[in-house]
Amino acid sequence: MSEVLVLVDEVDGAVRKPTYELLTIAKRLGEPSAVFIGGAEAADAAVEAVKKYGAEKVYVVDDSEIKGYLVAPKAEVLAQLVEQASPAAVLVPSSVDGREIAGRLAIKIGSGLITDATDVQPGDDGPVTTQSVFAGNYTVQAKVTKGTPIIAVKPNAAAPEETAGAGAVEKFTPTISDAARKAKIVASQPRQASGRPELTEAAIVVSGGRGTGGNFDPIEGLADSLGAAVGASRAVVDSGWKPHSFQIGQTGKVVSPQLYIASGISGAIQHRAGMQTSKTIVAVNKDEEAPIFELVDFGVVGDLHTVLPAATEEINKRKG
Amino acid sequence: MNIVVCVKHVPDATADRQFESDNTVDREGVPGLMSELDEYAVEQSLQLKEKRATGDGGEEVTVTALTVGPEGAAEGLKKALQMGADKGVHVVDDAIAGSDAVATAKVLAGAVRKLGEVDLVVCGMASTDGAMSVVPAMLAELLDLPQVTFGSVVESQDKEFRIKRDGESATEVIGATAPLVLSVTDQSGEARYPSFKGIMAAKKKPVETWSLSDIDVDAGEVGAEAAWTAVISTEARPPRSKGEVVADEDGSGAKALVEFLASKKFI
Ligand SMILES: Cc1cc2nc3c(=O)[nH]c(=O)nc-3n(C[C@H](O)[C@H](O)[C@H](O)COP(=O)(O)OP(=O)(O)OC[C@H]3O[C@@H](n4cnc5c(N)ncnc54)[C@H](O)[C@@H]3O)c2cc1C
Repeated sequence: MSEVLVLVDEVDGAVRKPTYELLTIAKRLGEPSAVFIGGAEAADAAVEAVKKYGAEKVYVVDDSEIKGYLVAPKAEVLAQLVEQASPAAVLVPSSVDGREIAGRLAIKIGSGLITDATDVQPGDDGPVTTQSVFAGNYTVQAKVTKGTPIIAVKPNAAAPEETAGAGAVEKFTPTISDAARKAKIVASQPRQASGRPELTEAAIVVSGGRGTGGNFDPIEGLADSLGAAVGASRAVVDSGWKPHSFQIGQTGKVVSPQLYIASGISGAIQHRAGMQTSKTIVAVNKDEEAPIFELVDFGVVGDLHTVLPAATEEINKRKG
Repeated sequence: MNIVVCVKHVPDATADRQFESDNTVDREGVPGLMSELDEYAVEQSLQLKEKRATGDGGEEVTVTALTVGPEGAAEGLKKALQMGADKGVHVVDDAIAGSDAVATAKVLAGAVRKLGEVDLVVCGMASTDGAMSVVPAMLAELLDLPQVTFGSVVESQDKEFRIKRDGESATEVIGATAPLVLSVTDQSGEARYPSFKGIMAAKKKPVETWSLSDIDVDAGEVGAEAAWTAVISTEARPPRSKGEVVADEDGSGAKALVEFLASKKFI
């Protein structure tokens, strides 16, 4: 069976959940090989982590030479690994960086690229992907017809399955061109950890819009009672009430949780683009004509400042 | 300094967008416009031009709007010219129809090369139709240039650029030297509306129309036939049926909401 390369997504050595999802998908397509590009000191822990989710091989690439540059060096690493391993496919997370690494890789190795896959299944002539397009109004199935399929996969595309892999470590030393080292990170300020789940990975998202008037206490209270992530509309971000990292929609994050609760959000097309594929949608809005109600499984016409705190209290009471 | 700003003519996102029976995007049945996200790219290009013109030495900056697409795509160019771009280039060729992101990037790269000395290629953060956000990276790869994408603040001095970028887990400042490929987000600053003067002036601005042979791109490398990916099927999502909506009276809304969440096992 051919190898399937999986680019490990990690922050300071901690492997993130989408990596396990990619490994689970890789196992459907062939033999999962994880590609860890990071600090030597973090490699051992990362190897242990990906082994648990079926990585038969782990390519460990020391990033001390390429740290601090944007995506170009990582694309070179993957291109060289593809050359060496002739994999059946390359899977990367469909994040901002992941998609761009994939884009550069596609050109380098002359292979087709599919982004934003919400499912990947083996097919007669290579993997078949599923994406949702046009603000979630269409579902599209596609395949790569040239070269080694490169697929950028969205979070929650698969339920991670624990299964022991051999995890054989292979150190890989890439040749990085000078051209790849031209966009340099000169300063970086890590985002504050909120203690809540990551927006794109969360099972439940509670979001607030202009209707909050900038007071997010009711939104955050409800979110915490449900163990949910907190999101926002662009109106909230434009007003400076929350940073852009909270924004859901066309120009923010696209989420697809089990449950999405929108409060004080009207439901503009650009917002829908970021949440329309959620399994269950709930809205609280004081305007019964708000377009968001066209999408909901359940809605309350009312003031979020009274409805949400009362609901939160009731939920906390039930939880005991 | 020469700036090329890439703009895409797209089906209006607020209209009912669909696929044709051959699984390509219906670009005729739906009114088109310049992708809203490209307005921010045009705006940043114009701001750069204005800043440099008034800076010491009064550097001259030419902003060229570039589009790839069928006849109608010229409309998108017009918008960029009305906003203030100096000239336009429209690459149109029957062979281009059905091109995927890779082919589009190849055509754009061919046109940028033909334009000669280019210091900056500016793109929007994504198109409002395909929304893959990969063309800037592919373009950079093809032109062998550094890329800085998703910029929200762009500062520059001579050839040195500093770009603020909201990355996945951090806010970063990226440094790069022109020539480079840049993409900017909708956080980079409101795009201007064309003024009456701008609209009149645009009528006299030069627009060149190039075919694939003009830019040395092989017709066999683009179009649906040459695509490196294929759509197998498209299916309209069943419209969400509107569920129960209750009016809140004296706390009844919260109770009903909690009952609903409990019935779905979220609590
Ligand atoms: C290029 C472009 C990209 C965009 N990208 C995005 C994006 O990524 N994400 C996004 O969200 N938007 C995006 N937008 C903006 C979008 O068009 C809307 O303007 C935005 O989503 C509106 O946010 P909102 O629903 O919070 O505010 P509004 O539309 O003002 O709605 C506020 C709602 O709150 C309700 N309300 C007020 N008070 C209360 C109360 N006390 N209790 C309950 N309800 C109350 C009102 O009835 C109303 O329905 C984009 C726009 C453009 C042009």
